[in-house]
Amino acid sequence: MSDKKDKIIFFQPDQELGKSSFLAQEGISAGFPSPADDFKELRISIDREVVKNEEATFYARVSGESMQGAGLDDGDLLVIDRSLEPQDNKIAVCFIDGEFTVKRLKVEQDCVYLMPENSKYKPIKVTEDNELIIWGVVTYVVKKV
Amino acid sequence: MVILSNNDGCVIARSNEAKALGIPMGAPAFKFRNEFKKHNIRVFSSNYPLYGDMSHRVMKILETYTPNVEIYSIDEAFLKFEGFDYFDLNAKGLKMRKQVRKWTGIPVSVGLAPSKALAKIANKIAKKFDKRTQGVYCIDSDEKRLKALKWTPIEDVWGVGRQHAKRLQAMQIKTALDFVNLPDEWVKKQMSILGLRLKRDLEGVPSIQLEEVTPAKKSIAVTRSFKNLLNIYNSLEERITTYTLLGAEKLRKQKSCATALHVFVRSNPFDPNATQYRNGCTLTLPHATDSNFVLNRYALMGLRSIFKPGIEYKKAGVILLGLTPSSSRQITLFEQDTAKHTALMQTLDKIHRRYGPHRMKLASQDLKQTWKMKREHLSNRFTTEINEIISVK
Repeated sequence: MSDKKDKIIFFQPDQELGKSSFLAQEGISAGFPSPADDFKELRISIDREVVKNEEATFYARVSGESMQGAGLDDGDLLVIDRSLEPQDNKIAVCFIDGEFTVKRLKVEQDCVYLMPENSKYKPIKVTEDNELIIWGVVTYVVKKV
Repeated sequence: MVILSNNDGCVIARSNEAKALGIPMGAPAFKFRNEFKKHNIRVFSSNYPLYGDMSHRVMKILETYTPNVEIYSIDEAFLKFEGFDYFDLNAKGLKMRKQVRKWTGIPVSVGLAPSKALAKIANKIAKKFDKRTQGVYCIDSDEKRLKALKWTPIEDVWGVGRQHAKRLQAMQIKTALDFVNLPDEWVKKQMSILGLRLKRDLEGVPSIQLEEVTPAKKSIAVTRSFKNLLNIYNSLEERITTYTLLGAEKLRKQKSCATALHVFVRSNPFDPNATQYRNGCTLTLPHATDSNFVLNRYALMGLRSIFKPGIEYKKAGVILLGLTPSSSRQITLFEQDTAKHTALMQTLDKIHRRYGPHRMKLASQDLKQTWKMKREHLSNRFTTEINEIISVK
């Protein structure tokens, strides 16, 4: 016999992933089965509702009051979906001249305005001198009540 | 901009601007501090939680284009388009690039070709001439293939190591085209079957297969430089234990056992005034194991045999060797604790997954966790830590 054949190799069951073991919660033999069992559904998940596109979803924190009128208050959490096309009247996170800002887009024939929703702030007219990246469209606001 | 390695040791990634200023790859950060300042180069520590998440997003998007994807590294993937003969792959490449850019902000280049080695070259062309190619280049004719091979220096060919490149250059083999013109027998004899496969790949006959499942690692190394110099045995013992346990966790994750381990320590080779010392030792374990306790016992045994008092240590490491799959592990007659340890290790790993690393420690580790990686220029973990997300005005 060769060396290799002398060895006995023990195979051990993989105990970590107990995929095949289902727990029969209601027992098997006796009693009346729960009538709710056939109607079990996934529990509501905010994540599933709010995140439509996991790979393109990012979060940001609002700082300041420039968008108060739109319900975006200081400290609120924004859900941003970068897969969406920016359009007129959408609220978007923009990167302008080295800074992130959240404003409502106003697209005119030959220029773009970033509109605040607070009378204390002025609209930003984007000209050729500005470096503007529309970073992503805001889809939800999460705020603490 | 440059990115530094773990512990802010050396430069591991450079922006085009930093490259143009002549900052070399692997430059030790402390030697280039003035250079960084002079040219106003922004320096960042490695931010692996962020890079890992962004990489994951990109790979997920790529996976929607074809079911056959090999994630080659954190920033590279091979996609196999089999049965796409009637599709315009160049257009697909452009679409893929645009989508990744829009969804994640990550710029990528796409190289399309009949084989992996050629795809690598196509990618390089796409990146180098991104204005003309729009970041996508397709080698779809023999004419284009020969032109691309001629353009590629031998040392840039995927899979040609430094040693082989040197030897080939000495023989006037300067480009990938010169290499392809070598006789098969010579390549096989000098560079083994792997060299021959590479040659076939470059000839346009796909020979290097797509590896959709990453093969288990054959060894696992955890080595780190210390932020401050260490000279007391106990501090080194703490470090070695921590490294061993980190390695052991990786070992269990890939379901392997180690049959040997290597421990090493060394002083700071960059300090001309320090007494230089480096030593290491390899120990064979009594049986293949993935247990923290067994591995650590032997790692510390090794450390005791190489520790020399009076040295200022700068770096240490543990390398787990001779890895075998846990499922076909040889069991010896005299091991008693394995079953007990296996259960304990599984529990430990679960706790760490759920509550974060370093929650459960061995007594030889520092319980106050005073050990931190040196990350003085860390950017935010924008996508994995709610307190570090971007702030918008």
